[in-house]
Amino acid sequence: MRLKSPVAKTAAPSIAVVVAALALSACVPNDPAADGIAVSSTATDCTVATATAAAGPVVFHVTNDGEDVTEFYLLAEDGLRIISEVENIGPGITRDLVVRVPEGEYLTACKPGMVGDGIQAAFTVTPSEDGGELTGDREEQLTAASEQYILYVRDQVQTLVQKTDDFVAAYEAGDYDAAREIYADARVHWERIEPVAESFGDLDPKTDAREADLAEGDEWTGWHRIEKHLFPPAEGYDLTAEEQQALAEDLKANIATLSDEVNAEDFALDASQIGNGAKGLLDEVATGKVTGEEEIWSHTDLWDFQANVDGALVAFGVLRDVVNETDPELVALLDTRFDDLNVLLAKYGSVDDGFVLYTDLTDDEVQELSRAVDALSEPLSQLTAAAVL
Amino acid sequence: MTDAPLPDADETPSGPSRRAVLGVSAAVAGTAVVASTAGFALGRATASDLTLNAYNFRGDHQSGIVTPQQDRLHFAAFDMTSDSRDDLITLLKAWTVAAERLMSGGELGDGAAGGSYLAPPDDTGEAMGLPASGLTITFGFGPTLFEKDGVDRFGLAAKRPEQLIDLPHFSGDMLDEAFVGGDLCIQACADDPQVAVHAIRNLSRIAFGTAAIRWAQLGFGRTSSTTKAQNTPRNLMGFKDGTRNLRAEDTEDIDRFVWSDAGDGQSWMASGSYLVARRIRIRVEIWDRTSLKEQEDLVGRTKGSGSPLSGGNEFTEPDFTREGRDGEPLISPSAHVTLAHPDANDGQRMLRRGYNFTDGADDLGRLNAGLFFLAYVRDPRTQFVPVQEQLSKSDILTVEYLNTTGSALFAVPGGIGSGEYVGQALFS
Repeated sequence: MRLKSPVAKTAAPSIAVVVAALALSACVPNDPAADGIAVSSTATDCTVATATAAAGPVVFHVTNDGEDVTEFYLLAEDGLRIISEVENIGPGITRDLVVRVPEGEYLTACKPGMVGDGIQAAFTVTPSEDGGELTGDREEQLTAASEQYILYVRDQVQTLVQKTDDFVAAYEAGDYDAAREIYADARVHWERIEPVAESFGDLDPKTDAREADLAEGDEWTGWHRIEKHLFPPAEGYDLTAEEQQALAEDLKANIATLSDEVNAEDFALDASQIGNGAKGLLDEVATGKVTGEEEIWSHTDLWDFQANVDGALVAFGVLRDVVNETDPELVALLDTRFDDLNVLLAKYGSVDDGFVLYTDLTDDEVQELSRAVDALSEPLSQLTAAAVL
Repeated sequence: MTDAPLPDADETPSGPSRRAVLGVSAAVAGTAVVASTAGFALGRATASDLTLNAYNFRGDHQSGIVTPQQDRLHFAAFDMTSDSRDDLITLLKAWTVAAERLMSGGELGDGAAGGSYLAPPDDTGEAMGLPASGLTITFGFGPTLFEKDGVDRFGLAAKRPEQLIDLPHFSGDMLDEAFVGGDLCIQACADDPQVAVHAIRNLSRIAFGTAAIRWAQLGFGRTSSTTKAQNTPRNLMGFKDGTRNLRAEDTEDIDRFVWSDAGDGQSWMASGSYLVARRIRIRVEIWDRTSLKEQEDLVGRTKGSGSPLSGGNEFTEPDFTREGRDGEPLISPSAHVTLAHPDANDGQRMLRRGYNFTDGADDLGRLNAGLFFLAYVRDPRTQFVPVQEQLSKSDILTVEYLNTTGSALFAVPGGIGSGEYVGQALFS
């Protein structure tokens, strides 16, 4: 199935804009003014260095000077609605709370011991050029992002179940040619959503462990053991009919478990999980695919590569509107970098038509791909912070 | 040299500079620390500097273990190219003479600019004019010295300690055979990299025909402290490393966890130790894209001060039971500090003596960098293997960001007494 990207492509910004955006996103919060407001939390006091700040991003440096674990909140004037918070501050430890606030009256609150209403004080945000306003209802946008992404995950898993069943059927029937034909294509749907699979206990290692991932005495199951059996470099590596069947059925069962998990009613993903998932997918590319380590027998790494990029692009896509409000330069930069990488990948094929094998790439081509991955990964690592600010 | 051996635990830098004529003696125990903070610059010291320091080569234990950890490392593993036991003994004798001379800041043989005009100089010369720089030279014997491919080349098979195991494959090991094993090893540590390199270069030169370097590793910055006077250095993940390391002053623990005892099996290993060497590549580019929160959660400590997330300062004991929001422990059960802590490892500890390394970049333009893990233990079977098995399986930091590419274990024999050569008891 071809990915339908929810991301509209935009024109490439100039180099100067790209560089400026990267510098901003990589090094400092988008606020040259804020050195931060010191907050000291003790059992009895919540001392905030100043009770006013200009509208825009505000940084609180919260130090726990008490004995109990503490939390710090910025609350709306009603003392009920939480604007932002930082939790789990151990005694002696300092944590930053970075929050974007528009002009208005607020309350600060420390909550030593994590109980009660906390020690509250008034806090005023004065007008500024930045304004600190965010248009649209952020809560709604974030909810919509989660819903869209969960739909995508379920859709991918549904296709994964079908293709895995086909793969297993061919393999069990001894039709190895057919199994080889389906292998990379089926795995695309796994690779697009792999960070989700990783969240379900040992499902990921049971399904996708590489031989080098094992410790002595571990049982090796999943895609890659079958891969080693199916593809020529492993000649001499044989499995009995019983072993083959056990592996195939185990794979099928694990994919079925994944399907149950993502279709469960309580399956939920928040914006930071989606953002971190996008980053995680690119990490996967950088550590496994661009080095040819993921598919060391079949050399079908580029399918996985494209699938990881597809998954990251969808994750970025659902968070796009939210991030566009806090950091439009980051959105523009990510659009460009995703585009660059996809254009580069398209030189080597597509999921529909297949890719060249990793072993057919020259060293220069691998390096070019790697550089494009790095170029995308660096700003992509800023996505979560921009989405949940 | 006939100096009375100094106890390793409170080794005092002393002795002459490389040129005996300089004759400046640094008698203050803290001198090594002063020198180590200035590192390379001080390597160009003049005779008037009081930062010259030399450790005794001879003593109850080999130097370079509880010695205050120096800033630089050159480590080399060797293959025996000769199968002759006599050649091996001759080499160890020659290495002993040379190592003692090098540690005292002296030149080998007739020096770098002396001797026959028609022959190459005995000493390679790059350390001329440099002080001893806290150089220590530590020798070890690998499992293959005792038996290799089923062959007992040197008549030593019966002397192999049961502690000197073949390390198992750990989950996630991506070993490069070029960085695995070795019949012999030399750890050269100094506060000046040129002094450490000079030592390995000259010792390997002496070995030609009998042994050859199998692999070697440079370390540019220490990642542990072996004395309480030293501050905790940072690894390439940017975190303080080895906060809870065993220190020389913890003499009871050092005796319990580091020094081999005659009763441990092979009497020739009395007062020795076992050295685990692991070349751990860090995926620094990926790590650098990880949020501060995730970095700290994975480590279980703050990045700035190194305090455990349960609170306090760097040296506060982590409280693994302290809970935060929703009853979740402040330090995750899968955090590195949790899984590496003695509480999670049957109380086991080790003396770490590792170094940061950067060997240029790989084909993809990524830093070929990481931690050259060195640890001294009394029994690797109980003090290293179970800990590493747990880390490589359950520690997300290890699984996601580390890649072990080299691995070796060596038996480090006890100290060298007056008139002895290194490892002499093994051959008696």
